[in-house]
Amino acid sequence: MSPKTLYDKIWDAHLAHEAEDGTSLLYIDRHLVHEVTSPQAFEGLRMAGRTVRAPDKTIAVPDHNVPTTPDRVDGIQNEESRIQVEALDRNARETGIHYYPVSDVRQGIVHIIGPEQGWTLPGMTIVCGDSHTATHGAFGALAHGIGTSEVEHVLATQTLIQRKAKNMKVEITGQLAPGVTAKDITLSVIGHTGTAGGTGYVIEYCGEAIRSLSMEGRMTVCNMAIEGGARAGLIAPDETTFEYVKGRPHAPKGAQWEAALTWWKTLYSDDDAHWDKVVTIKGEDIAPVVTWGTSPEDVLPITADVPAPDSFQGGKTEAAKRALDYMGLTPGQKLSDIEIDTVFIGSCTNGRIEDLRAAAEILKGKKIAVKRAMVVPGSGLVRAQAEEEGLADIFKEAGFEWRLAGCSMCLAMNPDQLAPGERCAATSNRNFEGRQGRGGRTHLMSPAMAAAAAVTGRLTDVREIM
Amino acid sequence: MEKFEKITGVAAPLPLINVDTDMIIPKQFLKTIKRSGLGVNLFDEMRYDDEGKEIPDFVLNKPQYREAEILIGGDNFGCGSSREHAPWAIKDFGIRCVVAPSFADIFYNNCFKNGILPIALPQEQVDILMKDAEKGSNARMIVDLEAQTVTTSDGETFTFEVDPFKKHCLMEGLDDIGLTLEKASAIDAFEGKLAMTRPWV
Repeated sequence: MSPKTLYDKIWDAHLAHEAEDGTSLLYIDRHLVHEVTSPQAFEGLRMAGRTVRAPDKTIAVPDHNVPTTPDRVDGIQNEESRIQVEALDRNARETGIHYYPVSDVRQGIVHIIGPEQGWTLPGMTIVCGDSHTATHGAFGALAHGIGTSEVEHVLATQTLIQRKAKNMKVEITGQLAPGVTAKDITLSVIGHTGTAGGTGYVIEYCGEAIRSLSMEGRMTVCNMAIEGGARAGLIAPDETTFEYVKGRPHAPKGAQWEAALTWWKTLYSDDDAHWDKVVTIKGEDIAPVVTWGTSPEDVLPITADVPAPDSFQGGKTEAAKRALDYMGLTPGQKLSDIEIDTVFIGSCTNGRIEDLRAAAEILKGKKIAVKRAMVVPGSGLVRAQAEEEGLADIFKEAGFEWRLAGCSMCLAMNPDQLAPGERCAATSNRNFEGRQGRGGRTHLMSPAMAAAAAVTGRLTDVREIM
Repeated sequence: MEKFEKITGVAAPLPLINVDTDMIIPKQFLKTIKRSGLGVNLFDEMRYDDEGKEIPDFVLNKPQYREAEILIGGDNFGCGSSREHAPWAIKDFGIRCVVAPSFADIFYNNCFKNGILPIALPQEQVDILMKDAEKGSNARMIVDLEAQTVTTSDGETFTFEVDPFKKHCLMEGLDDIGLTLEKASAIDAFEGKLAMTRPWV
């Protein structure tokens, strides 16, 4: 048998049909659904008189729109948001899919609760009408975002029409230096390859620095594969993965666990597998980074200066000019001199328990020096655990708002938004124009870096206050 | 789905790289539970000021481009989220074809599901089309899906690649789900096998 990559193996195991021209029907093991990209799909299904083919493999949760303030128990004030969440309630009830309503302690960001509840397992195909579905690739599952038409297609057929992507290997060798985290890895990779560097590929992240990461860290890395242009990112499952999965509510048990484990242990790229593209970065060379512009590829070590637009080539020169104008920055300015107004810790990129621990470690005994700071745990269970560990008290004593679970200010569909010109240190994934609110200015970074910025009031090298 | 065969129309130039889906349709318009009516909010934050007044400099607000059916963009067009609201807004505005040096995967795929043809061409050719588009409403381009060509108002023709299956579906206006359901027996067989080999799924 010819050598295969991990992606090849998962693809082959899910091929339900292949036409002569290579157009394939890929079977979908898990379909995650949220309130924003699904109402039109359920409506389409109803109009065509079709039903949900596999309700037991479909899991829904409201996350994008939901307020994260304590008063949400009284209902959602914004009418459009409320209608969308009510539509999901109704669609879930009528079709019999698994559902975690806002009132359920297990509710949270779809990409956080999938792994938490054991829905996400190695070797699976997982889709969701959300581009950050790539997160689940951390388990060695082929996971990617789809549009609403495809949501409807999966609801109706439990398959997707696909053509195979190319294989890309991103190897992070050696070990990370102190103060450097999974977020710095994933941002540095995008800085290296550009936001279109992964277009047409599935990325497999490997190397010693990746192996040393916890599952939380691996999810952070895979989460942003899409920001590098790749629909999916993968990390081969290992003991760390199996340890995380074991005992979760929907993980296999008993004899099925043993059978699953046997198969999961075959899920790695063969030594002489073919790669269409290879990128290698030394773990030691990665520094704590921040973004300066309006694309995730606009990333630099915190010790650097704001770049000059003419240091770029092609269309990037004009884009950098536009970005600096939007961000209100001057070339040559030190990144660590940039003052910020707001700190946001949360999102499917960095809303897990380990992220909150890392931020709390920096904040312990300190006070914030910014106008506003908030922590939005990725799920109700992350929130509960953080309270149990005393992290919530650290955040609150430092001056952070301690919120309920949701996507919140990552995409600002709920009331958590930046005002025009307001500058935010964010642990989320996109720094696009207007992403966190019209005219809002976003700098992406790790939870520890965001916490450091909160206590100094400016972008800060976390290594200085560790 | 509306069929796409051939269009002859005005092309609007948008010479920006990394046009993301938040630019195409900002999140406040994702709260709809319908597919229609998003055209008025296409590129909302670039098109309107804080008071909701049109910004005259923005390309789609210029008189010559208000009826544009083609959009010429920069590298990595449509990057960002999976929101299909982006192609819904483009289509609702009246644009049926986007030409750029490259596209983000999910956006590219979403276009085909909505009767929009995304065309990737080399940068030099996009540069020529961009110049042609800048001529305004007297310059009409021709996009012919059957022949896989784009022709400038000067008669210069470029050939583009498109996946044969996607081309077929777009030309015939076919419903993907209907096509897949014709293969229901293959899906049944796969599920039967799955229950034996990976019962935990």
